[in-house]
Amino acid sequence: MSIAAKFEIEYLQYLDQDGKETGKELPEFAKDLDHMVELYKLMVSTRVFDAKSIALQRTGKLGTYASCLGHEAAHVGIGSAMRREDSLAVSYREYGAQLYRGVKPREVYTYWGGDERGNDFADAPAHDFAWCVPIGTQCLHAAGSALAFKIRNEPRVAVCTIGDGGSSKGDFYGAINVAGAQQLPLVAVIVNNQWAISVPRRIQSGSGTLAQKGIAAGLYCIQVDGNDIIAVRKAMEDALERARSGNGGSVIEAVTYRLGDHTTADDARRYRGEQEVKDAWERDPVPRLRKWLEAKGKWDDAKEEAWKAECDDWMDNEVNAYLETKNQPATAMFDYLYAELPADLEKQRELVASLDRK
Amino acid sequence: MAQITLIEAVTQALAYEMRNDDSVVVLGEDVGVNGGVFRATQGLQEQFGEMRVIDTPLDEGTIAGLTVGLAAQGMKPVAEAQFEGFIYPMMEHIACHAARMRNRTRGRITVPAVWRAPWGGGIRAPEHHSEANEHLFTNIPGLRVVMPSSPARAYGLLLAAIRDPDPVIFFEPKRIYRQYKEEVPDDGEALPLDVCFVLRDGTDVTLVTWGAQVKECLEAADELAEKGISAEVIDVATLTPLDFDTIAESVTKTGRCVIVHEAPKTAGFGAEIAARLSEECLYSLLAPVERVTGFDTHIPLFRLEMKYLPSVERIVEAAERTLAAS
Repeated sequence: MSIAAKFEIEYLQYLDQDGKETGKELPEFAKDLDHMVELYKLMVSTRVFDAKSIALQRTGKLGTYASCLGHEAAHVGIGSAMRREDSLAVSYREYGAQLYRGVKPREVYTYWGGDERGNDFADAPAHDFAWCVPIGTQCLHAAGSALAFKIRNEPRVAVCTIGDGGSSKGDFYGAINVAGAQQLPLVAVIVNNQWAISVPRRIQSGSGTLAQKGIAAGLYCIQVDGNDIIAVRKAMEDALERARSGNGGSVIEAVTYRLGDHTTADDARRYRGEQEVKDAWERDPVPRLRKWLEAKGKWDDAKEEAWKAECDDWMDNEVNAYLETKNQPATAMFDYLYAELPADLEKQRELVASLDRK
Repeated sequence: MAQITLIEAVTQALAYEMRNDDSVVVLGEDVGVNGGVFRATQGLQEQFGEMRVIDTPLDEGTIAGLTVGLAAQGMKPVAEAQFEGFIYPMMEHIACHAARMRNRTRGRITVPAVWRAPWGGGIRAPEHHSEANEHLFTNIPGLRVVMPSSPARAYGLLLAAIRDPDPVIFFEPKRIYRQYKEEVPDDGEALPLDVCFVLRDGTDVTLVTWGAQVKECLEAADELAEKGISAEVIDVATLTPLDFDTIAESVTKTGRCVIVHEAPKTAGFGAEIAARLSEECLYSLLAPVERVTGFDTHIPLFRLEMKYLPSVERIVEAAERTLAAS
């Protein structure tokens, strides 16, 4: 028998679910423990932010919100590996990555609180995409960004994130396909949290891993423990370096678990068992890194308490800023439609202005 | 000065703007070595290289999504949909992203892109190669929908579309791609968008149309003139945002209007113009507004397609009905 093609997918993990090293030599960044403490702190603040968001929604102060509970290692790992000049195209729950890149919690609240101004990031890179609700479409925007970087010969990388469900979409395949064909600097991260609303991973695809979808596209592919931030960050660093130096794109599958509901409009108890969720909590990424840092003597209860209090103050401040934001004038619906308002829309805008004055 | 066809005017505009602006890139299926199936991009890859005239994988969704991403990162992409009947997989990126990005981000990210597509029937093509579907785009806010009807307007409007800071759908009436030649100076002068062109002055009836049907309307105006009826012919050119003032001014003068388009009648863009006339010009009308359109059917395969498309005869009859009414 002759073989036309063969492949294998590496699985990367540095910390097991108890925060113990698996024996693999740690990458350079992980030897900088102060930096690891910073990453841990952002994972915690992301979780505090998330809980605050849900509380806001439950009290009628926020619209539908997609929680990131359980994804903190994956998201912070992605964001912290990137350079500012790289571009990020997310779906809608990758807050850990976005907070790292400078998106403010008040901006998240503003957008999910029904106001487009939340997408006009003040501090995050202006070239990062907005939240992208149509599933998978952001992958092609990232591929287009990567093509722009390649055309202009800029050492920049376009990163997109997508879920296990999203990896079923044509846009995901289209993006990795063109990235392979054109050697684009694209890193596509599948944050496999096992559930696409109510549909489990097994129904999405017969593919043994989701990472291997990139093999057919000619990309470098790896699966990592998405609850181990060291593994996510390392895979990201390697993929970014490879892309930046013109050696092609990657697909990274970060295996994690959606500990919360899909969104605040969802009730996951309708479709998945308690035991499965209980088991997933055993793999929670936050205590895993905490245990590791504690064993290194870099973290303790007092620090935890002090940091959580600081996060609470931060989020309270952000929530207040959000709640104090006045509505845009109703005419704002016209004012960003085109660079200049077309003459034919002036009457409609005047009508809205007059209704707004009533 | 060379005489050129409409399709050559498209090529001339693309080449001009690629020389003029390094951020302009062309992408699509077969646009590179082959120069496009209609030769709209003929010679461009030789001139500008593979990084600016990009043959993509055969996936319209990929082309559309890449276009959004390119534009969002500061390029000015001109994407080609090989035929208007293949534009449907592109619509998600056009409607959900290109048209909304400026609004979604309060102006932080914009999509100054053009989607070109050969449009319309009458070239004896297979199924899906003869559609008139401009009305599917005209009620998407944030887009411009533009259709030239002559070599000079193809050149000037395409330059304007590429330079426009917002996304433009540029439908090229393929039936008249090579119908006639005219002098089109390669001077980089754009024509205005959001403006209707009055192609022929008249006093008795206004014929409002766009794209390939401009030809039939001008011929109908000639026939009507022989019968002593003076028809004004308006090429809408930019369907949205609509220059309704030019149409209203004409119909206020003539009191009669025939709207002509290839697309199906119901909810075609002619319905919008007729509604606006009833809202804003009712008391100037001397006769009911007539529509001469494709039928509410699929355009038939080519043995019957000319029975579907508006003909000079149908346009003349409709104009005469408006005259008979008053």
